[in-house]
Amino acid sequence: MNEITELLSEMSDIAQNPDMRLAACLAEGRKAVGVFPYYVPEEIAYAAGFVPFGIWGMQGSVREAGRYFPAFYCTVARMGLELALSGKIDKLSAVIMPSVCDTLRPFSQNFKSARPDIPMVFLAHPQNRKEDFGIAYTVCEYRRVKAELEGIAGVKITDESLADAICVYNENRAARREFVRLAGLYPSTVSALRRAEVLKSAYFMDKSEHTRLLLRINAALCALPHDPQPGVKVVTSGIIADNANLLDIFDRYGITVAADDVAHESRSFRVDTPIKSGDPLTALARQFSEQSDDPLLYEPDLDRRGRRLVDLVLNCGARGVIFIMMQFCDPEELDYPNIKKTLDRASVPSVMIGYDQQMRDFGQAGTSLEAFSDMLRTRLQ
Amino acid sequence: MSENKQARTVLREIVDSVYRRAWEAKERGEPVGWSSSKFPAEIAETLGLAVCYPENQAAAIAAKHGGQRMCEYAESMGFSNDICAYARISLAYADGAPCEEKPVPQPDFLLCCNNICNCMTKWYENIARMRGIPLIMVDIPFNNTVDVPDERVAYVRAQFEAAITKLETISGKKWDNKRFDEVCANANRSAAAWLKACAYCAVKPSPLSGFDLFNHMANIVTARCKPETAAAFEQLAAEYEQSVKSGESTWHYDENYRIMFEGIPCWPVLGSLFKPLKDSGANTTAVVYAPAFGFVYNGIDEMARAYCKAPNSVCIEAGVAWREDLCRENGVDGILVHYNRSCKPWSGYMFEMERRWRERLGVPVVGFDGDQADPRNFSEAQYQTRVEGLVELMAAANAANSAQ
Repeated sequence: MNEITELLSEMSDIAQNPDMRLAACLAEGRKAVGVFPYYVPEEIAYAAGFVPFGIWGMQGSVREAGRYFPAFYCTVARMGLELALSGKIDKLSAVIMPSVCDTLRPFSQNFKSARPDIPMVFLAHPQNRKEDFGIAYTVCEYRRVKAELEGIAGVKITDESLADAICVYNENRAARREFVRLAGLYPSTVSALRRAEVLKSAYFMDKSEHTRLLLRINAALCALPHDPQPGVKVVTSGIIADNANLLDIFDRYGITVAADDVAHESRSFRVDTPIKSGDPLTALARQFSEQSDDPLLYEPDLDRRGRRLVDLVLNCGARGVIFIMMQFCDPEELDYPNIKKTLDRASVPSVMIGYDQQMRDFGQAGTSLEAFSDMLRTRLQ
Repeated sequence: MSENKQARTVLREIVDSVYRRAWEAKERGEPVGWSSSKFPAEIAETLGLAVCYPENQAAAIAAKHGGQRMCEYAESMGFSNDICAYARISLAYADGAPCEEKPVPQPDFLLCCNNICNCMTKWYENIARMRGIPLIMVDIPFNNTVDVPDERVAYVRAQFEAAITKLETISGKKWDNKRFDEVCANANRSAAAWLKACAYCAVKPSPLSGFDLFNHMANIVTARCKPETAAAFEQLAAEYEQSVKSGESTWHYDENYRIMFEGIPCWPVLGSLFKPLKDSGANTTAVVYAPAFGFVYNGIDEMARAYCKAPNSVCIEAGVAWREDLCRENGVDGILVHYNRSCKPWSGYMFEMERRWRERLGVPVVGFDGDQADPRNFSEAQYQTRVEGLVELMAAANAANSAQ
């Protein structure tokens, strides 16, 4: 138990102190690139010798970023820009900026206007990503990203180094998936907050190091006896769910996150890269082509996401779904009514909590979640 | 088409005929499509398919004061009021919300192109699901460079070909390259005539109010591939030419100032938008939204490249350059920016654009909060104050210039 506690504490520190992690990384002689959401093929940056650092905003208030964004934009973008304007990412060698949603499009333009001194590697994923022409286009985009990163790093990314990076990332994805499963089984050991911190820490670490720690946690969790207090299991869904005050409410009311459909969490590591595909850039493009069940992506199978969410709930033994709705996130908001309807039809209860990274008062969320957990428990009896 | 009719009447009749043909097609049992405004209209036109345009419909509903009712209906379906009001109106209509303002036939297929926004993607997915109909998606990724890379053109062109194959199946009609060439020629002729008409805003005093162009946009959106549209735009340009000669204008007030109106108009409150402008003699002589729909190309690759250059899919350098050219050519004294609550990709980098305009054009820029179709997001008092502020700044700048 002590080992788990220590490891969880170590990863919590990392999750809470990305600035220190970045400083430590640079002190070791490594270089770092910032990675904005979503679906960046970090493997390319890793193969160039960079440590990719995820930038998903931060908790706090929008100040300087208000000179670029009006108020009706999601805080992941606004606080991401705030980080850039407050000097917190000055030491990054570059950032990689995708453009898959209507907020990221202007965000990319605001970023390069606000911080022309930080190289921005732009990335425009295709929405028609599954067809051959979509994969071919993704390969072209990734090839450009690779060339730009090579120029910034001053190194040549070989196929071998990229294939090695893909293996490192596949191992990490597998370890994170296993951790998510185990965290849902041992909530007394892995609180909702600790779970989120372990997953978040991956954004501020060399993935091989993260995997090494995670494998130890997973092994230690596997050795535990059944958790006598499994809590009431739920699936979370949304863009990001890392707020300590919010997650404390989960723990307070015995709500266990058995699985998630969160962009910052499982959506980012659900799909491995097929390493047997030959050309590693094509393999990465194929990985992106396999991404689905995400409101940020065009989905030709119109009922798929709702169906898969119901399956996720049933497969992990959850009793309900908690939507953590990022304010001003159009894709999530446009998907929500149908997803809700699908859950209702499958008799899966759900609740929606509005969220943004400037929130400090979670009183209303607490009331909703307390009532929701009571309701789920009543249904269990 | 009677030669006695004014172009604006002819243009209105053409749009009416687009929707009338859609109703007639529906009655004959032919499939009717709904299309996003910058989906390549040439494809459906070549196949002779009847198509309606939800953005145009939503604007018409909003202008006739049905926007709030339809938005509230969509909200009762579970859609957040954060979502674009055009989308909410359209989703409500697709669900069967009563709507006398602008009824159109319900769709049998959907043509979605996200060059204007990604909201379109989920909006159309919802309608496809609600109606159980096929959705044809043409994806145009955002451009971070002024030029469109060749690989992106290849990706877009491949999607055109996939869309054609799917539409052949839906329509039971065969693609005809000769017909496609004719349709493209019509679209190019319409675009050239439209751009020529828009360019009359540069004349001092202007023979038109820029708000007229907003009214005529329905044609360039819904009927740009039709020869009658090209002829009507040519007539419109000829009328403007005649007005220049005779010293007449559709702007019936003083032209003390010439402004650029940035963004989509607030359709539910056009009168409120117009009033302080006419009271102060501020004519709108530059609008980005209207000429953005006029593009001329040669061949399918150039067509793919042209569709990559929608206002919301180009980088800030291209966006600023478009507007600066427009302001210089049209002799603009100030800029009024609509921060459109419905349009995140449009409004998201306007603060930075404002700074660049001030620096490079040396004209005052003032913004106001509004919405293209949900009147709840517009404050008349705020708008009026902001316009007054802009007019004061323009007056001061003019006085300073006169003193030099």
